[in-house]
Amino acid sequence: MATIVLLTCTGLGLGALYFLVASGLSLIFGLMDVLNFAHGALLSIGAYGAWWAASGNLPGAGRSGFGFVLAVAFGTAVGTLAAVLLELAVIRPLYTRPREQILATVGVGLAAPALLSAIWGSDARTFPGPAALSGTFPLLGAAIPVNRLVLVAAALVVLVALRLFLGRTRHGLVVRAGVEDRAMVTALGIDVRKAFTLVFAIGGAAAALAGALGGLYFGSVDPGQGTSLLIFAFVVVVMGGMGSITGAAVAAVGVGLVQQFANYYTAAGLGDLAVVVMLAALLLIRPRGLTGRLA
Amino acid sequence: MSTTTPTAEPTRQEAPGRARPRSSPSWLRRAGRWWPGVLLLVLFVAPYSALQVPGVFDGPIGSPGTLQLLALCLVFGALATGYDLLVGRLGLLSFGHALYFAAGTYATNTITLEAGLPFVASALLGLLVGAVLAALLGSVSLRVTGIGFSMVTLAFAQAGSILVERDPGGITGGEEGRAAPAQQLPASLVGIQHTANLYWIALAYLVITLVAVHWAVRSPTGRVWEGIKENERRVEVLGLRPYGFKLLAFVLAGTLAALGGIVYLLLTGGATPQTTTSDFTLSLLVMVVLGGSGSRWGPLIGGVLYTWADHRLGDLAGSGSVAGLPAALRVPLSQPMFLLGAIFVVVVYVLPGGVVRLPGHLREARTSKRSPG
Repeated sequence: MATIVLLTCTGLGLGALYFLVASGLSLIFGLMDVLNFAHGALLSIGAYGAWWAASGNLPGAGRSGFGFVLAVAFGTAVGTLAAVLLELAVIRPLYTRPREQILATVGVGLAAPALLSAIWGSDARTFPGPAALSGTFPLLGAAIPVNRLVLVAAALVVLVALRLFLGRTRHGLVVRAGVEDRAMVTALGIDVRKAFTLVFAIGGAAAALAGALGGLYFGSVDPGQGTSLLIFAFVVVVMGGMGSITGAAVAAVGVGLVQQFANYYTAAGLGDLAVVVMLAALLLIRPRGLTGRLA
Repeated sequence: MSTTTPTAEPTRQEAPGRARPRSSPSWLRRAGRWWPGVLLLVLFVAPYSALQVPGVFDGPIGSPGTLQLLALCLVFGALATGYDLLVGRLGLLSFGHALYFAAGTYATNTITLEAGLPFVASALLGLLVGAVLAALLGSVSLRVTGIGFSMVTLAFAQAGSILVERDPGGITGGEEGRAAPAQQLPASLVGIQHTANLYWIALAYLVITLVAVHWAVRSPTGRVWEGIKENERRVEVLGLRPYGFKLLAFVLAGTLAALGGIVYLLLTGGATPQTTTSDFTLSLLVMVVLGGSGSRWGPLIGGVLYTWADHRLGDLAGSGSVAGLPAALRVPLSQPMFLLGAIFVVVVYVLPGGVVRLPGHLREARTSKRSPG
């Protein structure tokens, strides 16, 4: 029982991480038809930003208490800035060439982690988390690491915020309409490009937050972290149906749980294998994803 | 090789009524038509050359180190050419091409090591494994289209990568990879003094790939591929099933990649898990786009340039001249991948169509500058 509880909590934590990466990826693809290969790089940038701030380089930020919150906020801000920059400088000029947009993000996705490892080395750096978050708490006889709870809470907050934003605000309405039919929104005289930058900013912020909190989950940061998470995020996006936030949340939890349980009960690595095979199988059976949008 | 060359085309495209800037005598143009043959001959005799090319290569061209680099350039040039069959000729953005390359490498190496077969027999079996794998997974992946196809191929390749890292039964060597057994290979392919033989094998692989791709593209099947890339629905309306044609291209590209994997195994003396990763496929994509997707020589040029730059930039990063630079310059220069990624983004922007379109762009720029003034 204790094992199952622990595995469930860890799986949920992992799922939360996937959701944070996949939500932005899903919105970007749904709205702009751009498969953002640089999304993993945004995650790495957020992780390094938080690590840099928490290591005492940013005045006021630190490894405990309010200082750590500030460090995470700093990492998220840096990631958001990078995402906006990416959209304005790389994606926007290629607006009429969708295939080149994907290629450009591939280039950025290769270059950004290389730049990170050029500056801070390619080895993993220990992530300085607050002592309060590195402990465990008992739940049904299992000792659950606190950081799993933090991840799940952050993912829930982002999920609720995104749903409120998409459902209740005018900008969210434009984004939703753009996902449904971009040409029609443009025809109605609304500048969708502003929504593009907005969606990139939101996606970048979520990914960077995932990076900053992923440092807690993994205990360290390394330049390739984002890229390895990106593949599972793709799995989540495709499974959840591209452009659907709720779909991404359901798929992220499913993928995280399957991965954890299969890795524990069969052999290490088989869980990862199961997830990618699951993706292939799902796409072949239901090419439109779980919630039925285009894939 | 075919009889028409791209060099003949620009003269045709020039604006009428304006004197050709370089009206070359007819014998020169006829000779120009044979440049692939001349280049092949030059590449063939390269191991006998003691020419020094300062800055481009470290040692003389005939030295083992330079030949090894040249052979790698040729292998990746050929690999990119095969990959472009999918990306450029059919518009199929496969993200799993590394799998078939790695299948050739790992299957051949493992069969040699575990079954103790002679190398040629295991190489043939390895090629067969690559072809069968491409046929199997291709027939499944091609059931979805667009981004779905990219994702399914990515998933299969990732599964392969995880399997290799997992090292089932100790047959793949996990993260370390596995060295090829020197005593089971033909003696003429082992050792630094025989690098020229490996170079010739790489050259032969390049020629096979170029001939196969050019022949396939010019065949009636190649016409259908062109049609599929332009408008798949229309091909269907004409009464042809695109699925079979796409599968044929997928298997051909996969088999060529597996062959490349076998050559790579000989060249580097082992199988490494880096060749199974999605980054490997992405670097192939970079090569294709860098050189010029869908063109005859573009992927080859891109593959050669990328491989050469990757190695030379790596050498440059390790050299003392970089260590003395200020941090703002030293840091980006120490990572070849950063420079390559940045160059790639720039090429995507300013040079749509890749390096092969550069002469055309330059000519256009010159004409447009001249005509108004």
